[in-house]
Amino acid sequence: MNRTIRSITRKKRNFHLIAVLLLPAFLSFSFTEAQTAQEVIAQIKAKVEKVNDYVAQGKLKTNVAFIKAPVANVKIYFKKPNKVRIRNTSGISFIPKGSVNISLDNVFTDIDSYDVIDAGRDAKTGLRIIKLLPLNDTSEVVLSTLYIDDSKILVMKATTTTRDNGTYELQMTYGRYADFGLADKVIFSFNTREYKLPKGVTFDYDTGGTKAEENKIKDRKGKVEIDYSDYVINKGVPDSVFQ
Amino acid sequence: MSAIISVKGLTKNFRELNAVDDLSFEVEESVVYGFLGQNGAGKSTTIRMLLTLVQPSEGTINIFGKELKKHRKEILRRIGAVIERPDLYKYLTGIENLRIFATMSGIKASEKKLMNELERVGIAQRAHSKVKTYSQGMKQRLGIATALVHDPDLIVLDEPTNGLDPQGIADIRNLIIHLSKDLHKTVFISSHLLSEMELIADSMLIIDKGKKVVEGKVNELFDPSDMIVQLKTTDNASAIEKLNISDLKKFLYHKSADNIILKLHRDEVPLLVKRLVQMEISVMSIESRHSLEDYFLSLTTGQRHVGAS
Amino acid sequence: MWELLKIELLKIFRRPRTYIAFGAITAIVFLVQLALKLDGKSYIDLLLSNLSGSFEFSDEFKSKLLNGYLVCFAILTALLIQMPLLVSLIAGDSIAGEANMGTLRLSLIRPVGRTKYMIVKFLASVIYTIALLIWMAVLALFGSMLIFGTNDMVVLRSTGIDQIAASDVMWRYFAAFGYAAVALTTIAALAFLLSVFAENSIGPIIATMSIIIVFTILSEMNIPFYDDSIKPWLFTTHMVAWKGFFYVKATDDGVTITGSIANLPAILKSLTILLGYIAGFVFIAIWVFRKKDILS
Repeated sequence: MNRTIRSITRKKRNFHLIAVLLLPAFLSFSFTEAQTAQEVIAQIKAKVEKVNDYVAQGKLKTNVAFIKAPVANVKIYFKKPNKVRIRNTSGISFIPKGSVNISLDNVFTDIDSYDVIDAGRDAKTGLRIIKLLPLNDTSEVVLSTLYIDDSKILVMKATTTTRDNGTYELQMTYGRYADFGLADKVIFSFNTREYKLPKGVTFDYDTGGTKAEENKIKDRKGKVEIDYSDYVINKGVPDSVFQ
Repeated sequence: MSAIISVKGLTKNFRELNAVDDLSFEVEESVVYGFLGQNGAGKSTTIRMLLTLVQPSEGTINIFGKELKKHRKEILRRIGAVIERPDLYKYLTGIENLRIFATMSGIKASEKKLMNELERVGIAQRAHSKVKTYSQGMKQRLGIATALVHDPDLIVLDEPTNGLDPQGIADIRNLIIHLSKDLHKTVFISSHLLSEMELIADSMLIIDKGKKVVEGKVNELFDPSDMIVQLKTTDNASAIEKLNISDLKKFLYHKSADNIILKLHRDEVPLLVKRLVQMEISVMSIESRHSLEDYFLSLTTGQRHVGAS
Repeated sequence: MWELLKIELLKIFRRPRTYIAFGAITAIVFLVQLALKLDGKSYIDLLLSNLSGSFEFSDEFKSKLLNGYLVCFAILTALLIQMPLLVSLIAGDSIAGEANMGTLRLSLIRPVGRTKYMIVKFLASVIYTIALLIWMAVLALFGSMLIFGTNDMVVLRSTGIDQIAASDVMWRYFAAFGYAAVALTTIAALAFLLSVFAENSIGPIIATMSIIIVFTILSEMNIPFYDDSIKPWLFTTHMVAWKGFFYVKATDDGVTITGSIANLPAILKSLTILLGYIAGFVFIAIWVFRKKDILS
């Protein structure tokens, strides 16, 4: 079972790589933008760099096929260059691996270690597509694709393929804190491994679940939604929070 | 005097075993009624049927003039009994045990009343000790106290002196006499010891293999002028047949294929011999055996030296 | 009736044997709590081993996860498998023990109907069972809450994870303990029934445990033939339905619905089956006992 999963992931990755390799060459013929990809990235970086740290209140919603969880009240801490911590103020939250990327800041902090590739615009949304390829072969991130609203200088969507933890997708909605490049809502999509606990361990009460339910459990796409209600920006965050 | 217990045709079969076989007897009010038989004769089964512990296969039991089956609770309210040697609740004290059984008989006994009851059987000083510290004799006394605590009219005691020392046996004997003579209770008491019964019983029933052997008043049963005679013939079956239709029938005491026992007054023996000849019963031997008491004794102790051939 | 019941309770609660069960529960609960207090992290890691590939588990997360509610759940899961032994220790003794002590015959010659006697005896066993359960609840739930604190409760099932907000847990425990009382009463009823046939208490206790073990094996085995035919009717299948109170419903996007129970009809069906068993066992016990010749 695990082997098939792994091989599927590998195929996907290969596909991504091919797409990545082909796309820029393909697109560079079609048109030229007013701003180069590097310029757009620089603008975003400048915006993002205004934020040294923040503490945000939020509501976190876990949407994973095999998890039923209440909406959690969370605090999100950020500190330059790339420290992120999501803390559930009262209860417990299952935080997916790689959620550090929720802020995207780490990408911009060491943007110099990426190859910035212009991939044109998304046909439907008209968003600028910029791909970031790490220069370092051993980097955890294999590829990041950013969908950018270049009129507002905001990253609306980001897809990141990692070496070990699959592919994540971030979708951002901006509001009051758009000037800082901070989203009001972030949807973080990720792939989970298959959930399995033997019945002999759990001693479940078996009420005879339906096939539909069982299949739903097998869905390995997960989502975490954070609704930010309040940011406190650049007021200092102690390092102890991140330990 | 009216019958307190009236039993008719009482029979109990346990699968193959015929424990009690067509037993009938009556117990009159205010008497001490001895119920004798060897171990395994069916005494215990009979007593258990009297107390509704065992359901009869056949027959009826009336107690206090009422049918036991239909008036169970009403009758049991007026009976106190000890069956064999109860262990009681060992982890409770004597007085707690007594209170339990008093409550089960539907009476709320005061501490004083319970203590009096324990006093009566002579264990008041150990009332607050746990029963597991009691000797066998003390347990037996406590058992008797539980049988008396609700002031019953009929007291049923199954081998009450079993396991007691001589002093204990004497104490119980005096208690039974007191209950009967002073308090006018009816006491139904089983034993395998004739000698003991003779001392206290007014009437007596002896059973063997579930069947009645004899029933009667003790002073009549043990008339010293009575004799027991064993008859041996060439053909017992036809002899019994002939005796049954003759004037000698009243002497017939016990009859079986190998044993014909007659009970008669000393003076009647010559007449018997004469009549046997007249009736053409081919007598092999006619022996006067021991006294009637010895005969019962043999039945009740299991040493069958009479009638064994 | 009340007077008789008081007597039965006196007999049970004055007996040293009764406290073996209370002692055993105290010891088991304490040992589990101690182990989890000292090395809860290993236990949590074990529980989460399957998930650690997909999720980030900080130490703070782990210590929050290992709260009183989770510990109580773990204790209940373990103990409710052992409790039948402790219940049958008393229920299996209730008639057989009296027979053994020679007090059965002394009791049944009192003006008390056998049916009434049996009902009182059974009620006393039930009260003992519930007392045992309350004791366990106090130790396992309130004790664990004191030691480990409270937080959201995470129930790991073979089919997924049900997370319940801390404020939504307590009533579920009360419901679960209520259900467990019925489940254990089923065991008490079985032991009580077997007790009628024996003259010493070891027999019914062993027989009860043997039946439970056989039934549990049949319940836990996944053989399609049994799954559809006898498994739904074995009482052991329904003993664990208390867990159903910790299985929640969720909205389409996976948010736990506060106060919901995933499959209440299934729990009620299980409850009905158990009540049916209790009624059946007790009815047969009384029916047999009414006709029984007391020869002990």
